[in-house]
Amino acid sequence: MGNKIEIKNVNKNFFGGTEATEVLKDINLSIEEGEFICLLGHSGCGKSTLLRIIAGLERNYEGDVTIDEKKVEGPSLDKAVVFQDHRLFPWFTVEQNIAYGYAGNEEEKEERVKNLIKLVGLESFEKKYPNQLSGGMSQRVAIARALINQPSLLLLDEPFGALDALTRINMQKEILKIWKNQKNTMLMVTHDIDEAVALSSRIVILGQRGSGIKKIVNVELSYPRVRSSDDFTLIRNKVYKNFFDEENVALEYYL
Amino acid sequence: MDDMKKRQVSFLGVKYIALVLLIIIIWETASITGVLPTYMLPAPHAILQLFIKKLSTGELLINVLVSIRRVFLGFLIASVIAIVFGILISVSANFEVVTSLLLQILKPIPPIAWIPIAIIWLGIGEQSKIFIIFIGAFFPILTNVIDGIVQIDKRYFEVSQTFEISRRKLITNVMIPAALPQVMTGLKIGLGNAWICVVAAEMIAATSGIGYMLMDGRSLSMPGQVILSMIMVGVIGKIMEDILRLIQNKLVKY
Repeated sequence: MGNKIEIKNVNKNFFGGTEATEVLKDINLSIEEGEFICLLGHSGCGKSTLLRIIAGLERNYEGDVTIDEKKVEGPSLDKAVVFQDHRLFPWFTVEQNIAYGYAGNEEEKEERVKNLIKLVGLESFEKKYPNQLSGGMSQRVAIARALINQPSLLLLDEPFGALDALTRINMQKEILKIWKNQKNTMLMVTHDIDEAVALSSRIVILGQRGSGIKKIVNVELSYPRVRSSDDFTLIRNKVYKNFFDEENVALEYYL
Repeated sequence: MDDMKKRQVSFLGVKYIALVLLIIIIWETASITGVLPTYMLPAPHAILQLFIKKLSTGELLINVLVSIRRVFLGFLIASVIAIVFGILISVSANFEVVTSLLLQILKPIPPIAWIPIAIIWLGIGEQSKIFIIFIGAFFPILTNVIDGIVQIDKRYFEVSQTFEISRRKLITNVMIPAALPQVMTGLKIGLGNAWICVVAAEMIAATSGIGYMLMDGRSLSMPGQVILSMIMVGVIGKIMEDILRLIQNKLVKY
């Protein structure tokens, strides 16, 4: 089950009133199996839209998106999505939420749910309802739910955007652990430069709305990554310059 | 529970019944001192005596049970039909368009306005009462079922889409639990209306029931029986709502 994702000449317009707004322009990207890609950009640059196109949730666009040379026609079990708002079902317990999308053998379901609860570190919270969980815990459940059918591709749409800074760093460690454990392809949308540098093997930087991919930065750092290391800072600065290249400012002032 | 909390709870209990208690005391005093003429409004103790008397003869219980039975039947029929219709209207655009005009015209007709035609069609027996109750309970349940389904967060459907969830599982696992709180609200309003309707229907044409007892008190010029019946209607209506609220709390944990 390899899964090479090919995005070719994707354009996407939004129609509001009489005018069409270009959101994505000439997007070309190919993602190898097992990569961790971060889509980085300003809010409104279309990065979430691109993720939704790959997920099969957005159909109205120009161009081609293929996974293993098969055109993406809609959502499917081999690509799972984690949304920024965790979207847990309030009427289900943690374990019921995780089991919700299970499409496999009934006998293995319980075992699978148990393993996922362990993977995201939520033992003893199985019977809790979402309104009894913190934001970070809810997002752990949402990640476990997405992993239930062992998808080869996990799409994360700003999954930690609503969490506080400390919880976010914890969750970043968790997601790396999961990536190592599941060996799937990861595609994460974020607007947090540090997060992108800490997690991804490649960072895809999108320009302003409608301007397409601005730059792709390879992050050749071994895991676990030390945020205070020189190499880390070097790459962070390189990424940073892509957002503020017009201005000649001392970076350290902002960082 | 510590003392402080206990005291707070019991204080809340006192506050809860204080106003009703105060009214009874003032009423009783006014009756005893002769400020309130008892042929207009008998004293609370006299109504209590009447209550005990009617209870011991079984008259009260029979009338109450007759009314409750009618409400139960009418409400049950209304609930089943309103829920089925509500689901059909929310999932089928065709069904919605076809039924829309008729429902919009029928909805503003008050249940009481149906009483004459109910008597002409169905006589003054059980059927006409149940029909009136049905009319009274049907529309609030229907409206709330439709609202409950239409207002389900679309993001839940998107999550389900990514898992390729079957239509059947989507209905049982997402649509029903998501719409349930609003449906329960509809049932509560429907039951309240049903209880109002049974009293109204029995006041106009009946030979039994709590509404009949009330009207009978008037024709016999027995204000005590009228007041007692009114209090019974109020108390039973409150208990019915309490029961539905308990069921709702059991069913809707989120």
